[in-house]
Amino acid sequence: MSAPAAPSLLPLLAVLVSLAAVPLILLSSRRPRLRETWTLAAAAAKFGLVLALLPGALQGRIAVFGLFEIVPGVRLELRADPLGVLFALVASGLWILTSLYSIGYTRGLNEHKQTRYFAFFAVCLSATVGIAFAANLVTFILFYEILTIATYPLVIHKETPEAVSAGRKYLAFTLSAGVLLIAAAAWSFLLVGDLDFKPGGIFTGLALAGKTAVPLFLLFLGGVGVKSAVMPLHSWLPAAMVAPTPVSALLHAVAVVKAGVFGLVRVVVFVFGPDLLRRFHLDSVLIVLAVTTILVGSLLALRQDNLKRRLAYSTVSHLSYIVLGTALLSGPAIIGALLHLAFHATMKITLFFCAGAIYVNLHRENVSELNGTGKIMPWTMAAFTLGSLGLCGVPPLNGFVSKWFLGSAAVGSGRPLLAGVLILSGLLNAAYLLPIVQRSFFRRGSGLEGRREASPWMVAPLVLTAVLSLALGLFPGTFHQLAVRVAAGLFGG
Amino acid sequence: MIPTNAPALAPLIFLLAALIIPLAALRIRRLAYVLAMAAAAAAAAVSVGNIFRVLESGTVHYRFGGWPPPLGIEYVLDPLSAFITAVINLTALVVLVHARLTVAADLPERKHVPYYALVMLMMSGFNGIVLTGDFFNLYVFLEIASLSLYGLIAVGDRKSPVAAFRYLVIGMVGGGFYLLGVGFLYINSGSLNMADLKAILPAVGARPEIIVALCFMVLGFGIKMALFPLHGWLPDAYTYAPTATSSLMAPIGTKIGAYGLLRVLFFVFGVNFVTRTVPLAQVISWLAAAGILYGSIMAMAQDELKRMLAFSSIAQVGYIGLGIGLANPLGLLGAVLHVLNHGLMKACLFLVAGNFRMRLGHSRIRALDSGARRRMPWTSAAFTLAALSMIGLPPTVGFFSKWYLALGTIRNRSWIFLAVILASSLLNAVYFFRVIERLYLRPAMQDNEARETEGRSEVAPSMLLPTLVLALSLVVIGLLNVVIVKGLLVRFLPPGLEFAFP
Repeated sequence: MSAPAAPSLLPLLAVLVSLAAVPLILLSSRRPRLRETWTLAAAAAKFGLVLALLPGALQGRIAVFGLFEIVPGVRLELRADPLGVLFALVASGLWILTSLYSIGYTRGLNEHKQTRYFAFFAVCLSATVGIAFAANLVTFILFYEILTIATYPLVIHKETPEAVSAGRKYLAFTLSAGVLLIAAAAWSFLLVGDLDFKPGGIFTGLALAGKTAVPLFLLFLGGVGVKSAVMPLHSWLPAAMVAPTPVSALLHAVAVVKAGVFGLVRVVVFVFGPDLLRRFHLDSVLIVLAVTTILVGSLLALRQDNLKRRLAYSTVSHLSYIVLGTALLSGPAIIGALLHLAFHATMKITLFFCAGAIYVNLHRENVSELNGTGKIMPWTMAAFTLGSLGLCGVPPLNGFVSKWFLGSAAVGSGRPLLAGVLILSGLLNAAYLLPIVQRSFFRRGSGLEGRREASPWMVAPLVLTAVLSLALGLFPGTFHQLAVRVAAGLFGG
Repeated sequence: MIPTNAPALAPLIFLLAALIIPLAALRIRRLAYVLAMAAAAAAAAVSVGNIFRVLESGTVHYRFGGWPPPLGIEYVLDPLSAFITAVINLTALVVLVHARLTVAADLPERKHVPYYALVMLMMSGFNGIVLTGDFFNLYVFLEIASLSLYGLIAVGDRKSPVAAFRYLVIGMVGGGFYLLGVGFLYINSGSLNMADLKAILPAVGARPEIIVALCFMVLGFGIKMALFPLHGWLPDAYTYAPTATSSLMAPIGTKIGAYGLLRVLFFVFGVNFVTRTVPLAQVISWLAAAGILYGSIMAMAQDELKRMLAFSSIAQVGYIGLGIGLANPLGLLGAVLHVLNHGLMKACLFLVAGNFRMRLGHSRIRALDSGARRRMPWTSAAFTLAALSMIGLPPTVGFFSKWYLALGTIRNRSWIFLAVILASSLLNAVYFFRVIERLYLRPAMQDNEARETEGRSEVAPSMLLPTLVLALSLVVIGLLNVVIVKGLLVRFLPPGLEFAFP
């Protein structure tokens, strides 16, 4: 890469800080306040460390930390390039809010095994930032697999038969994806002898034949496609909604699934490279998959009565916006994709937080039971409304910004039909989200007498994320600059 | 003095211990264990020292009685034998620390002395097999090891004599095949020395007798390493043997067969002979692949943890067989690294099974529940870590075995074998998560609830520590794999298969 690399401990510390909190969390299992303090301290420290990497990333100074050879020829190496910083910023920033929210949620429900919950949450965040900063495929796989395993105890947290079977499904999908990714990495290693992510791809010097490139790409796609919930590899995600809501919010709307699409971006433009994809029309394959997922995901969301499952299908659909933006292989499109990676996170996490607040407060989880909730939980439902409007792409929320970039990139790359898909999807978003808003504010509910707003531990984070969605819509500056940096590194100024 | 006889030290230490233990323990029985530990520690120290010796000064030869090789018996310490002996002696040392209490629990006191003597004899045999440079001497040690092992299995629970008898019969057949093969070789070449044979065989050519000799030797080692479908003796032997025996033989025993296979195929006959002249390597890789699937599927159906681990061993030996059968440098590195990796994983898992037996009185999977885990949190954690390693998740050793083997299969363009290795990860996940789910998620059963009030009752430190050391080593050795592979293992690669990493 042309950008200068500066050795720095920061990426390593950013990864490790939440891991270091794990023993502290475990040791203070009998003192909940102390335990939660560790979580919050780790979250704040992590965000601070990532923030410290931001100026460098914006100016093109990339912090690198190499440890040792993890397999012959490949080092365990962290590298905070603009793309990595963008993802790490989203994940670590939202972890702070999720931690606050988790405290309210777990106490509100008097959840069992809270120590295990907070400990694995911290491991997940280490793995996520590790994924963001991974400098090569092996390092990426290391953290990717750790994330898979660390999420499992959170998915099965309730320990009901339903949770256990969702956990099995989750493992079946993600572990299968893991082995495909390993096979793909091993194959690439034999072809190139080097697995460092490079803008434009690692195969540039080789004239790969179609019978190598196509199966190799399919292996990679299988590897990262599961966590990105590209259809038909998506069905673990709705099942995983059995997890506690903060888990669904941060992991299944932000960290895990975004790790999947982040991996897809890495594979598409940092391993394969646009030229190779275009030569074998693999970009079209991706586009078809993404469009199918966007539309079918939205349609399936319409049919869900369970609020979290509806949101899960919505996530499936929105993740493919990012896939689509990546597959278009142009500067503006990748900017749109990365903006959506960040912005979808704030909007979707808001909606999940709201779903959790309703569940804790009213023990309701179905859309059909939400009549009148807006009157007793005004803050929650106002935040829900903002998040919903954002997902539909209404200005000035941040969802509009990313969709605008995606749509104009689609038109710019001579595929105006895809912009039509985005508009159609926006309408479908409205169709499955706005009725919830309408029910909660404009219909009379029953059994709500004497109920009040949820605890401030939960309301404050969800209001903050909603406001964040609005603020980022008005001032998308930092994320836009990061995305522009990434695009410039890939496709030139 | 010491440097020249370094290759012979480890087998002799164990042999000496085997002779001294019955005498010394005539008066004081407890001495048996002390002496066994001392011998194991000494042998482990010697074999670790040998690694550095080999790295420093290359292959070391030792001639017994000073007789030059074709006539006399030669011991050879090369990177491969140094590595394997270090692995087996270190594993044995850790397992023996654990064994004191399980032996005391499993066997009546009068059997302790012969038991430890037999363990020493077996270890002497294993070390001899690996270090000798002479095919007939190898046979002698093979029989020493096997005969001691029959005894070590037979002292187990009620069904163990049958299992031991079965191993006796099948093992004898294996030894017989091997001896026949050696005989054929000797008649046609006039030599029993490996290095000598390597020089003679090309001149002899691919005579039918030579091919038959090779096939018989492979068959013999195939039985010893439980290469599918020659694994029939293994499940019962692992299941019914006492804890100490199964945790010694599972990580070490089958690897010795794999070592013999490697030696014969690539260091005596040579890669061209075993892949082109007689496509035995291909046959081995197909059998190994079948074994991987068979072992994994059978493991899913088991109720007894030790039996599940036994079938899992058949699958894991398949990894080694597959790496050998690929006959390329990456495959061989994967196979030899997996000797170490699987040794650590299986030792850890069998110690866990032993811990469960010690505290719960059983190791039946269906009877495990979260009550068992609450009583034994560390043992359960060790199990989980080892299980993750068996599945092949980074940064545990299992991932790295998979990495090298995957590289090996892709290099040969053997897509089916690649698929088998990957599928095996998932099958491992199925049968290990079956246990993990029970340990962590299944509510404690009624009869356990009474015990639950007792709270934590982990096994004694002398059992827990080895278990945890092995579990931790899965991560440490995993992260150190490059040091091992680049520093030591690439040096063992046989002629025609040299390799340098970029």
